[in-house]
Amino acid sequence: MSTTATVTAPGKWWSGGKSPFNVEYGKLMMWYFLMSDAFTFGAFLIAYGTTRFASNGWPDPNKVFQSYPGMPEGSSAPLVFVSIMTFILIISSVTMVLAVQAGQEMKKKKVVINLILTIIGGLAFLGCQAWEWTHLHHEGAWWGSNPFLNADGTQSSTNFTNFFFTITGFHGFHVFSGVIINIIMLIMTLNNVFEKRGHYLMIEKAGLYWHFVDLVWVFVFTCFYLI
Amino acid sequence: MSTEAVLQAPSATHHEAHGDHHHEHHHHETFITKYVFSQDHKMIAKQFLITGMVWAVLGGLMSVLFRLQLGYPDAHFSWLQDILGKFWVEDGRITPQAYYALVTTHGTVLVFFVLTAGLSGTFANFLIPLQVGARDMASPFMNMLSYWFFFIASLVMLSSMFVETGPFSGGWTAYPPLSALGTASPGSKTGMDLWLVAMALFVVSSLLGGLNYIATVLNMRTKGMSMTRMPLTIWALFFTAVLGVLSFPVLFSGFILLIFDRNFGTSFYLSDIYINGVGALPNEGGSAILYQHLFWFLGHPEVYIILLPAMGMVSEILSTNARKPIFGYIAMIGSMFAIAILAFLVWAHHMFVTGLNPFLGSIFVLLTLLIAVPSAIKVFNWLTTLWRGNIRFTPAMLFAIGFVSLFISGGLTGIWLGNSALDIHLHDTYFVIAHFHIVMGVASMFGMFAGIYHWYPKMYGRYLNNTLGYIHFWITMIGAYLIFWPMHYEGLAGMPRRYYDYSIWESFKQFAELNRFISTVAMIVFMTQLLFLFNFFYSIFKGRKVTTLNPWNSNTLEWTTPIRPGHGNWVGEIPEVHRWAYDYGKDGREFIPQTEAVGADESHH
Repeated sequence: MSTTATVTAPGKWWSGGKSPFNVEYGKLMMWYFLMSDAFTFGAFLIAYGTTRFASNGWPDPNKVFQSYPGMPEGSSAPLVFVSIMTFILIISSVTMVLAVQAGQEMKKKKVVINLILTIIGGLAFLGCQAWEWTHLHHEGAWWGSNPFLNADGTQSSTNFTNFFFTITGFHGFHVFSGVIINIIMLIMTLNNVFEKRGHYLMIEKAGLYWHFVDLVWVFVFTCFYLI
Repeated sequence: MSTEAVLQAPSATHHEAHGDHHHEHHHHETFITKYVFSQDHKMIAKQFLITGMVWAVLGGLMSVLFRLQLGYPDAHFSWLQDILGKFWVEDGRITPQAYYALVTTHGTVLVFFVLTAGLSGTFANFLIPLQVGARDMASPFMNMLSYWFFFIASLVMLSSMFVETGPFSGGWTAYPPLSALGTASPGSKTGMDLWLVAMALFVVSSLLGGLNYIATVLNMRTKGMSMTRMPLTIWALFFTAVLGVLSFPVLFSGFILLIFDRNFGTSFYLSDIYINGVGALPNEGGSAILYQHLFWFLGHPEVYIILLPAMGMVSEILSTNARKPIFGYIAMIGSMFAIAILAFLVWAHHMFVTGLNPFLGSIFVLLTLLIAVPSAIKVFNWLTTLWRGNIRFTPAMLFAIGFVSLFISGGLTGIWLGNSALDIHLHDTYFVIAHFHIVMGVASMFGMFAGIYHWYPKMYGRYLNNTLGYIHFWITMIGAYLIFWPMHYEGLAGMPRRYYDYSIWESFKQFAELNRFISTVAMIVFMTQLLFLFNFFYSIFKGRKVTTLNPWNSNTLEWTTPIRPGHGNWVGEIPEVHRWAYDYGKDGREFIPQTEAVGADESHH
């Protein structure tokens, strides 16, 4: 039996003794975890969708989300604040890409700078979310209570606030844990852990998680603010 | 023990078993790192197994208790009250509340703690690294965490037995509103909170384990172990892990919404409810059906999470002990793949009569009946593997054959239940109980027993006692049919499940004798499992020692490790694989291990 076939032959990737996707196990696990987590969010959003579809009416997001900190009385700015939040989160994904890229080039200083920027972005997003939740809470919205009327002026059930706080809260928890992970990555970078290892693979995995959380927000944002 | 005398073929590699110990890479191991917080996949497997066995005994005992009520609804067992206390037994009878708590906990524990954690937790951990040729799991640390999350989940679930209002008692599926409203029943209070916490921890455990199994199978195969050379056990455990990783998160989402409904005034699952003594509840706008969708999106794949590992081990054990290659290896993989896909597309057949749109139901009927195709392929492949085989009737082989028998008997009734029109009559009757206990419960239990008997020599370096094994098999096999076969008739007569006392129903009085018979057999079968437990624990210390590397003359890699492999499994290099795992009876040779290079003039299989 010939065993001298070149390693690059595509069939050989699966013949054992190496990773078929050319990744180490940690990254493989991260991908599968993200698939799993996608099912968690998928279940939430489908539950939200079916409930909303089965409801007689739903509040108009342009009326609910029309405020921002320090807004003059009587004016309204529909979806402006959440757009800023979304922009911040997407920018933090860009800085994360830069951190990962710097890691691949073994440029420690650039990794540190971009990680710090990503952490700031994440914290800024969480801060915005905290403000928005507080604001809604002051208006009387919370789990189990919904002060907003349906778009057609009829009385609304609590489904809107129930799903809004649960799903954005669950996403916010993901952002929070992403920030914690990034802070750990930052500390490890500063302590030269990755320099000693000779690679920044862990930052790539943290990056995958961070991009995933970003991507989920795009769906959450679409479902709650745009539709 | 006659079979084993036949099996003790002189082994050329015998001396290697002892010679190489001092080369072994020795970590300094304390009792804690070796037996408690071990990161060795073999020890973690044993931890899963023994914890699962503890749960199997508790869960089995629960079924004995509620069978006592069903078989002897008028009897008074005052001695039971002395043992169990007033919550469980009053005036010598199991209380209705306790009865529901028992059936609920029996279901939860057997489905999740025994047949998920105890089955795939044990054998995925034990067999994946050994059979793909890896020193350990991809992440031994996460693997250890997986067990300890399961352990904590077990403690929490166990503690729910001892709270004042009793454990959760609304059925293992935990449908709202019983699960969502603390005022609905005593068991819906603290018991349900503990149930939810335990199950959430269990999901974490299952996720950590599953990610590890997937990564190990994909990334850690030894040189030459291509995917299509893997034993079917590994394929089955791989599909099981993928199913778990993709379905448990949906259950988790469902639980989070349930937690909010219970504690934070939401009404995801609640609408227009009136409770006696409480009045109309403010909850409106939600739907209990939503929970059922989320639950069964896990719940149905869960059935295959339970069944697939058993199928994989049975394939391996049948082929090894029939001394024949498995029939239709690729078809076996293909049918497992088909089952894994279909598992996600049939969940609503559990909901035919809960308000599902009948037109939607017809699609789920079609998809459900499609599962019969891969299932039948597997059954025929097993039968053709046995056909004209040189069968060695070891206890493991008997249990594997028993699995096939049960899978056929229980699978055929699945075709009845999969029809939404028939389901109107059969839904929530004893017919359903009979169906899923035979096809999923007892069958997977048989797969688990087959696995334990077969791999016990690798686990402990000793044999289980064969005579006890044969007694265990025959009583369990006959008993399983005697318990569950009559339930089909009860179900066809319309006898609903989960009732506390059938003797007060004119239509079901006729089954009093039959129920007593079923209960008696159930108790005998339970006692027989204690015999197995004795065999298991006695043999760890006193069983006959394994003296040859490959006691079953098997092809797979785990039998190339030392008799008692250390952490790291192989002394020296991990062997390279040159062929698939099923070269039995080829070119006049009884078996050719996977490690043997393909000869120049060897025939193709």
